[in-house]
Amino acid sequence: MGSLLNVTGLTVRYPTRFGTFTAIEGLDLSLEPGEIHGLVGESGAGKSTIGAAIIGLIQSPGYIAAGDVKLHGESLRSLSDAAYHKLRGAKISMIFQDPQTSLNPLLTIEDQLVETIRQHSDASYGDARERAIELLKETGLQDAEARLGEYPHQFSGGMRQRVVIALALCTNPDLIIADEPTTALDVAIQKQILALIRQLAQDRGVGFILITHDIGVIAEITDSVSVLRNGKLVEEGKTAQVLGEPRHDYTKALMAAVPRLDEKLDRFVNILADEPALATPELQWNVVGASEQFASDWLLKGERPTLADGPVLSVRDLDVTFYADRPFAWGKKQGTRALRDISLDVLPGQVLGVIGESGSGKSTLAKAVVGLVRPTAGSIDFNGAPLPLGRDRPRNHAARRKIQMVFQDPYSSLNNRRTIEEIISEPIRFFKLAKSRAEQRRIVASVLSLVEMPQRAMLKYPHQFSGGQRQRIAVARALVARPEFLICDEPTSALDVSIQAQILNLLKELQARFGLSILFISHDLAVVRQMSDQVAVLKNGQLIETGSAEDFFASPKADYSRQLLQETPSLALIARH
Amino acid sequence: MAAFIIKRLIQSIFVMLAVSLLAFALFRFVGDPVAVMVGQETSVEDQERLREQLGLNDPVVVQYTRFVGSLVRGDFGFSYRTRQPIGEMILERMPATLELGIVSLLISLSVGIPAGIYTALRNDGVLANAILVVTLVGVSIPTFVIGIFLIYLFGVQLGWLPTFGRGDVVEIGWWKTNFLSLGGLRALILPAITLGVYQLTLTMRMVRSEMQDVMNTDFIKFAIARGIDYRTVHYRHALRNSMVPVITIIGLQFGGIIAFSIVTESVFQWPGMGLLFLDSIRYVDIPVMSVYLVIIALIFVIINLTVDILYFIIDPRVRLKAEGS
Repeated sequence: MGSLLNVTGLTVRYPTRFGTFTAIEGLDLSLEPGEIHGLVGESGAGKSTIGAAIIGLIQSPGYIAAGDVKLHGESLRSLSDAAYHKLRGAKISMIFQDPQTSLNPLLTIEDQLVETIRQHSDASYGDARERAIELLKETGLQDAEARLGEYPHQFSGGMRQRVVIALALCTNPDLIIADEPTTALDVAIQKQILALIRQLAQDRGVGFILITHDIGVIAEITDSVSVLRNGKLVEEGKTAQVLGEPRHDYTKALMAAVPRLDEKLDRFVNILADEPALATPELQWNVVGASEQFASDWLLKGERPTLADGPVLSVRDLDVTFYADRPFAWGKKQGTRALRDISLDVLPGQVLGVIGESGSGKSTLAKAVVGLVRPTAGSIDFNGAPLPLGRDRPRNHAARRKIQMVFQDPYSSLNNRRTIEEIISEPIRFFKLAKSRAEQRRIVASVLSLVEMPQRAMLKYPHQFSGGQRQRIAVARALVARPEFLICDEPTSALDVSIQAQILNLLKELQARFGLSILFISHDLAVVRQMSDQVAVLKNGQLIETGSAEDFFASPKADYSRQLLQETPSLALIARH
Repeated sequence: MAAFIIKRLIQSIFVMLAVSLLAFALFRFVGDPVAVMVGQETSVEDQERLREQLGLNDPVVVQYTRFVGSLVRGDFGFSYRTRQPIGEMILERMPATLELGIVSLLISLSVGIPAGIYTALRNDGVLANAILVVTLVGVSIPTFVIGIFLIYLFGVQLGWLPTFGRGDVVEIGWWKTNFLSLGGLRALILPAITLGVYQLTLTMRMVRSEMQDVMNTDFIKFAIARGIDYRTVHYRHALRNSMVPVITIIGLQFGGIIAFSIVTESVFQWPGMGLLFLDSIRYVDIPVMSVYLVIIALIFVIINLTVDILYFIIDPRVRLKAEGS
């Protein structure tokens, strides 16, 4: 029994058109003051619903069907709406995921802090303001007094999250529910925010419930952890014990799917076999003559790159500057240099991992290579011949087919109004790769098999698939153009770890089979380690370091790289607990 | 701020030039002004002399420059129909239209915004649904039908309110106002409601959907999770954020009310600019039509400028960005 919070047998249900959906079932949870308890699980596990249930803000029409939530031994379920609302802020508070959206953009942070403090105490405006300044200092905001009158958009992401934490703290709550508090932040800032949470738990005795999908974060700061799956508790206990010696198969599989920073594995040992029995009509629907083998043969039949000695892609002194609108028609254009003097090579059949935090210019690099952004200076050579830059590259230029791209967000990279068949067959039609409609159909079905999707998927629309399935479709679309060079821009950052492991395995498999060269962009060092032969580190548009991946992860040369490696939460930390 | 306004003003000048070009084109291409002005027995020589006097034989560019120049000086020319100076005719009519427009805007805002807030917050309530259905009916019926219906009910059957004209007006200088006499106010009620119903519905639905969107944002959830009381959450946090896009629509609407009050003015025989425009069309009174066009464009430009400045005041992101550059 925890002396701060006790959740027993919590069950949350949502009535839907298709019957009642149980989001949380029979959950037990307890928390001591000053303890940080992690809730970890993949999307749909019900982590956020637990947080909402504790603070009494379950989205209608959801409701608590059974169980109890006790704070300091007092049941919260019997409270009236008004009494519960009084509790919010005063006893329980919350930190949200995205600091960009969790502050009111039209009010200064002074307005928001003072308002919250005065809501829960009789402090005068001046006292409340004093307290706000103190809190901002405590959460590590420099020159708090001067910045009090600023609006949220004037703060950087990390600073905003500090303001959010100050807002959650300003009423002295006993319990704070932090829902993915660092997911939207870069690793360096994540490290600082996590340290701040740790320190607040220690100094003030605030209990934290930390909701996250990132096992590295759990390993780094939580005392205890609950592993959730489909609304049920899988395993619970001290963090070191649960992550160090997982008892349950699901926890083990989850741990295995987390990319390791300390060594490169050939393939992820996966796979969470939860796909509900696939031997359904789904699998029996096949296009005549379509098979994985057919796709493989067809892809190999295209002109494959003869693995030459020289690099496939060679970027020299690349410079990209973005110009803002002029203030006046006669004003001077203000430019931001997104990339400066970048030179790198991608060797044939190899993966170059590009690492960088947000704003480092890694996506700009990808866009420059595919011709979506026009560089201001420099050159890009592909297979030894210079590529026309930006819009100068004709629609029918060979590189338009040979270089293909997989985007980050599978929810917006597929056109929702077209069937999967239309989406995947577009490159075939555009590049005239099939002689007849029947052949085109067979290729689409075969490539779907190749990316481990049922062939029947071609009849459906994107919204009928999950994120991981959509990303497979996006990979299939890139493959049918018979590319030699693939650009993957954060291809797994929107996905759960187990799905990420599957997609990464798939990419490795395809790369090995078809001798693809890949430019692999990611902010996640562990993912890059698993994928890359070579790495390049970008910071603020500049190339910090480049070289062989194994050497880089063993002994990075630049200070910045060393710092990045050190700040990345890693499972190795469990040993320290 | 000053740079921002200057930039907008310069843009406005280009808009006005474009509109005046259109208005000028009306002169050139809709009928022959001389043929309209003279009687049947005027000799060809006289017509030619008139043409020369009016400068209609000059090159187009010279004529256009002269047209813009006289507009800028406030010299709007004479009506073909009444031979009066157009400036005077418009000034005489403008107060009627402006007062009608302002009152109907006030009605649509004072009912539309609270109703929008109410229906956004009480999503499932019986009253909220009733309001939505009634306003949907309101927006589906054409303005003139609503006008005729109101005349029938309150004017003919109940006999409570006058059904046409401005009633008693009080003169303040050249401005004749309805606001200062009971008869004037009574005459204003029916046309203002008629003109405002559509805008009211639009305002309400805009406020409602914006407010619902804002209520689902993280910062509102965070405010609730901090225990800020619901009144403050609704009015201080949610409403202000909802108003940012609503203001644009309200601004455009007000322009629309003034420009397109033609139907309402005609149903109620309201002696405003709309009715004047209608008469001008009937008598092919091209100078009045083209001046009307320019004035309506000017009103739109002024309203848009006001909306931009309001944005500036409400949204710190716009304000600070402009100050930063």
